[in-house]
Amino acid sequence: MDKTKQDEIFTVSVLTENKSGLLNAVTIIFNRRKINIEALNVSETEVEGVSRYTIVIKSDFDRAEQVVKQIDKLVEVLGAFLYREDEVYYQEIAMFKMETEAFLNNNDIERLVRNNGARILVIEKDHIIIEKTGHRKEIRELRDKLEPYGLLEYVRSGRIAISKSKRKTHVFLKELEKTNYFEEKNNYQ
Amino acid sequence: MNRMETDSTIIKKPSTSKQKAISGSEAVIRSLINEGVETVFGYPGGAIMPIYDEIFKFEDEISHVLTRHEQGAVHAAQGFSRASGKVGVCFATSGPGATNLITGIADAQVDSTPLVCITGQVQSGLLGTSAFQEIDIIGISMPITKWNYQVTRAEEIPEAIAKAFFIARTGRPGPVLIDITKDAQFELFDFKYEACKGIRSYKPIPEIDFFKVDEAVNLINAAQQPLILAGHGILLSGAEKELIQLAETADIPVASTLLGLSVMPDDHKLYTGMLGMHGNYAPNKLTNECDVLIAIGMRFDDRVTGDLTRYAKQAKVIHIEIDPSEIDKNVKADIPVLGDAKEILTALNKKVKKASHQPWLAKFNELKKIENDKIVQRDIYPKEGEMKMGEVVNFVSEQTKGEAIIVSDVGQHQMMTARYYKFNKTDSHITSGGLGTMGFSLPAAFGAKLARPGRQVISIVGDGGVQMTIQELGTMAQYNIPVKIIILNNNFLGMVRQWQQLFFEKRYASTELVNPAFSQIAKGYGIESERIDEREELAGAVEKMLAHDGPYLLEITVEKEENIFPMIPAGAAVTEMRLE
Repeated sequence: MDKTKQDEIFTVSVLTENKSGLLNAVTIIFNRRKINIEALNVSETEVEGVSRYTIVIKSDFDRAEQVVKQIDKLVEVLGAFLYREDEVYYQEIAMFKMETEAFLNNNDIERLVRNNGARILVIEKDHIIIEKTGHRKEIRELRDKLEPYGLLEYVRSGRIAISKSKRKTHVFLKELEKTNYFEEKNNYQ
Repeated sequence: MNRMETDSTIIKKPSTSKQKAISGSEAVIRSLINEGVETVFGYPGGAIMPIYDEIFKFEDEISHVLTRHEQGAVHAAQGFSRASGKVGVCFATSGPGATNLITGIADAQVDSTPLVCITGQVQSGLLGTSAFQEIDIIGISMPITKWNYQVTRAEEIPEAIAKAFFIARTGRPGPVLIDITKDAQFELFDFKYEACKGIRSYKPIPEIDFFKVDEAVNLINAAQQPLILAGHGILLSGAEKELIQLAETADIPVASTLLGLSVMPDDHKLYTGMLGMHGNYAPNKLTNECDVLIAIGMRFDDRVTGDLTRYAKQAKVIHIEIDPSEIDKNVKADIPVLGDAKEILTALNKKVKKASHQPWLAKFNELKKIENDKIVQRDIYPKEGEMKMGEVVNFVSEQTKGEAIIVSDVGQHQMMTARYYKFNKTDSHITSGGLGTMGFSLPAAFGAKLARPGRQVISIVGDGGVQMTIQELGTMAQYNIPVKIIILNNNFLGMVRQWQQLFFEKRYASTELVNPAFSQIAKGYGIESERIDEREELAGAVEKMLAHDGPYLLEITVEKEENIFPMIPAGAAVTEMRLE
């Protein structure tokens, strides 16, 4: 079978001008091709006024590539990049709410926290919050282990990812400005 | 849509003594004048009334054409743009006024037509409240515009409009929508207009990779059986001469897409006809025999390629295209060359060597003869029976020497027009290609005529399509726009009927029409008209129509169940083109 036709997980990283409504324009493009967004994160970048959307999708390569090109075409998108799993470092963050009593009853929870690289964020009279960063699989494993001790609430973020390439956002932006056509070369008026 | 708003929430003009301060709505008109706009198509209503009040004051500098429906306004703006290369401009009010533009905006997006659509919006405090005639037109138009923006403060107007025009006309052109709230139209501010020179995040024209150009040159120079597919992009970039130079230097046959028609004169010896479902036999069949396929400013639409898995698999594909997202979308390119068609063709022409491909060209002539014997002669010179669409189009083509601007609608008559009008001048064929919008022709035709008053503009339309926008006869009459309209009337939605005959065992579900007397309707609008049913009347009627000073409607009764051939059935390969 053609490898480009097999579904795999991709991280789409989109650098955009900070404009309201743009996220809608981006998600419409996925929706049009019936690609479900698995996770989405909007954040600032090291450059003021520039936002980054980190979007995780499951798709075959050809479709993913087409969608990224169409996102790149949006006027306020500075650049859209497609990464395979081995081309990015990525993390998710989760918070677990447990009863304080369950925590105090024995050492199991504390041991789970220590062994899984999590930490205790808050201890209140009636509840504690445990925080864990990692890959989805690790977070899920910890959740399964905490479950028997009375998990009150569990929340997990979308992925944030950073590419393994050496390109810096502000260098990319400078290059973009340099190569841009600031004169109307294609004037039909 | 022309209902008055009765809200009491209109903000009062602030009392300011600054001399330069003007209202947002005046700024809209001044911005348009700064962009060189002379004609606007539109329809007023509550939320855009301040802008209409201003255009009234500027009538010496900018003229407004009141259509009979907002869809008429946007199609007229499209026709205006397609005929002139300028940006088409239309106005509509909020709510239903804005949503009535949607079909035309989508059409312009698919057919790369630069438009700036300005819609009025309820005042900003009422946004999101389902106020009277409030609709989220920004959300609705997002997937079908190249860019859109909602203005809520007057001071944003000049920059928004400057960006709108820049984005609409540069790179791959497309429609832009600017939605302006009523309070922003009233608000006063200090107006200053600066044309947009560039936008950081927007790169209209990719830089040409000259290594790719060289690779393309090598392929073309080594080709034995090259074929050029000429698309709309050549017309948009004004690269007709460069295309002909390339074709003549390397002796390459040229086939055109539907939107590429008129890219080179029909009688040029290297022009082989139209691609696609109802295109010409030779270029379709031989697409699967060429060794190098040079696609220029076209996007391998499914109506052109048929079954992609059996499309030009033997060929090396050079894809010259301004829009990177079109590369590898349908057909994988061996050598993609991104950039403006004119610049790339100029670069190619410097290095492509003279060549001769006589045996290859002879193959086209052989197939052309087959098509001519089996189809063309029968279509354009029928000896008996009812009049045929092809016969009418061919006669009009001869009478106008192939020099008219032809605006067709959608369906059988559209394909017949594309097949049998022999275009001798560039930028002469206007039709709704990608979206296939019935009702396009009538308003697009008078838009085209207003853009190019010196040229004969003929709307060729079916009895189905004409009734989708027939109210625009009123616009033509009011402004005395001398467009000639030919209705090819078979009392059927012909193209759908043909498919029902061929693929649904003649079950004619809802395709037969009981039509009005079109010529009587025209007369009701004060437009001269005639209806003919007999072949003997054709010559006299067409002559009379062409000679008439003013708008004119000619209704021609044609064969009821005529089919368009050749045809590549949907899903078939280009080689499976049927002659009957």
